[in-house]
Amino acid sequence: MSRALGLAWLALLVTLPAWMDDPYCLHVLIVTGIFVIAAMSLNLLLGYTGQLSLGHVAFFGIGAYTSALLSLGFDLDVGGGRTLLVGPHPVWLAMLGGVAVAGLFGWVIGRLSFKVRGAYFVIVTISFAEVVRLVALNWIDLTQGPMALNAIPPLSVSIPGLWELTFYKKVPNYYVVLAVAAFSYLIIRRLVRSRAGRAMVALKENEPLAASVGIDVTHYLVVAAVVSAAMAGAAGVLYAHYVRIIDPDVFLFIYTVTMVIMVITGGKGTLAGPVVGGLVFGIVPEVLRELAAPEVQWIVYGALMILIVFFLPRGIVPAVTGLWARITARPPLVERRPAE
Amino acid sequence: MGELLQHVVNALILGGTYALLGIGLTLIFGIMGVVNFTHGELYTFGAYMMVLFAMVLGVNFFVALGLAIVLGVAMGAAVEIALLRPMRGADIDTTMLVMIGAWIIMQNSEQWVWSGVAKSVSSPFPDEPLVIGPVSLSWLRLFVMGAAIALIVGAHLFIHRSRLGKAMRATFQDRDTAALMGVDIDAVHTATFALGSGLAAAAGALLGPVFVVTPTMGNLAALKAFAIVILGGLGNFTGAALGGFILAFVEELGAGYISSGYRDTMGFMLIILVLLFKPTGLFARAERIG
Repeated sequence: MSRALGLAWLALLVTLPAWMDDPYCLHVLIVTGIFVIAAMSLNLLLGYTGQLSLGHVAFFGIGAYTSALLSLGFDLDVGGGRTLLVGPHPVWLAMLGGVAVAGLFGWVIGRLSFKVRGAYFVIVTISFAEVVRLVALNWIDLTQGPMALNAIPPLSVSIPGLWELTFYKKVPNYYVVLAVAAFSYLIIRRLVRSRAGRAMVALKENEPLAASVGIDVTHYLVVAAVVSAAMAGAAGVLYAHYVRIIDPDVFLFIYTVTMVIMVITGGKGTLAGPVVGGLVFGIVPEVLRELAAPEVQWIVYGALMILIVFFLPRGIVPAVTGLWARITARPPLVERRPAE
Repeated sequence: MGELLQHVVNALILGGTYALLGIGLTLIFGIMGVVNFTHGELYTFGAYMMVLFAMVLGVNFFVALGLAIVLGVAMGAAVEIALLRPMRGADIDTTMLVMIGAWIIMQNSEQWVWSGVAKSVSSPFPDEPLVIGPVSLSWLRLFVMGAAIALIVGAHLFIHRSRLGKAMRATFQDRDTAALMGVDIDAVHTATFALGSGLAAAAGALLGPVFVVTPTMGNLAALKAFAIVILGGLGNFTGAALGGFILAFVEELGAGYISSGYRDTMGFMLIILVLLFKPTGLFARAERIG
């Protein structure tokens, strides 16, 4: 049942540009797709390992900045009068670089911040994101600070020296985002159904117990942090080359909050949760935009978030699957009763 | 030397309001176990109440200050009763999400009501600074420091001398036992949140006239308050008071001698370092209050 539903969704998304060619709608879908990828990456930490990372936007921004800088080329004063010159790289290489650097930061931050838990962990992660934002704002030689990085080359695929295809239009960008999102979904599914995924869930449920049966808690948390950071980096990379201009505002706390809302609304710790939550919170604001001022929209978000925590604490996906299970389970129960 | 002295004096003045913010947050965390994301918004709320009373309605500066603090207390009590009381017993992450929702609502309401344009509050103090040797001080800032210190001492006395303060300390030590001894836990929580919110609103109302008032001013203030709480150890009153001054010193000296652009970064670097090497805070053997 859920497999058929998933395939139907995929078919719908793949054929979508064929029957809907409104550029504005495609734009909304592309940006939503990018945020769904980021939300999926956050869900790996928040939903499966139970760690509330409120600095997730840092990895998104690091991916975006790294890829933009690598594709534009930059020079860096390394001290002693020497400069490190980095020429412009092909976009696909820059993108891989962005993902790798974000993953590397995930490793470093994971090693450092998993020494603490709960409220302390939350505050370390917020602080980390804020430090990164302030560095991006102030390291003007490298990042242009508030002047932003402009004219970032668009997404492209190429075989070096032979063939190159640059995506200026929305439809190919849509497919790239869809492909990365599908790939990310598969990675997370593979991971959470593996030994590592079971270890993560075990330590979320009861960390001392998990440690006592020999699960290397820090190891698995760091694995989750690296995968999650690299995936958030991939979302940032796509964002940089799609929007083609980035400034330190990509590190704003509000984007982390958006990702958290998506995960919580959809259902943390479920594979489909971030996708559903991401679609809801990617598309609802566009509908609301016509009706209300941005401040009012945000007020509605905040209220929705509180209402969801109060009334649907596990999120939309578990609520719907629970309902579905109740509906489908009822008839056999009724039939079985007389036979007893 | 004169420059260093000036930095030290500036840090002392800034530290008072930082300490107010930190104490409010640490009390709420220590007694209620709530990571309060609305703290920065109560700070903003205090500043806007100054704009409303002192500038729009033309009330006397000092009366406006008093009103801002009282309304901050009332606002805190309202948030606690409406949002936190139903969440009693929920885990810390769930409560945190509710507080993030409340934070978004409050900040955007401020933006909606007051618009994004920065507002300023004029003060009744003379503009010419008080010059003592190489150091110059504005009268307004001196008043801010004095008021902040008075409020810190007042909050300390309240917690240590009053009956409600005793109930708060008892709840902090052991909630269940306190409840068995007849402490009304709901009342203690509401009082704690109202007191913490009142202190945050007071910090905002005091700093509003020094800087300008904007709807997003609370974001950095909240993050700094977290930094202070971490420095002092969660739930540690004295630690938060000292932490406020330490953060102000690090920022002032960092901005003066390293780079002014990285002024706000100093606090976060400090938090990360403290959490990595001494996660219980600089002053605490264990989480405690008083």
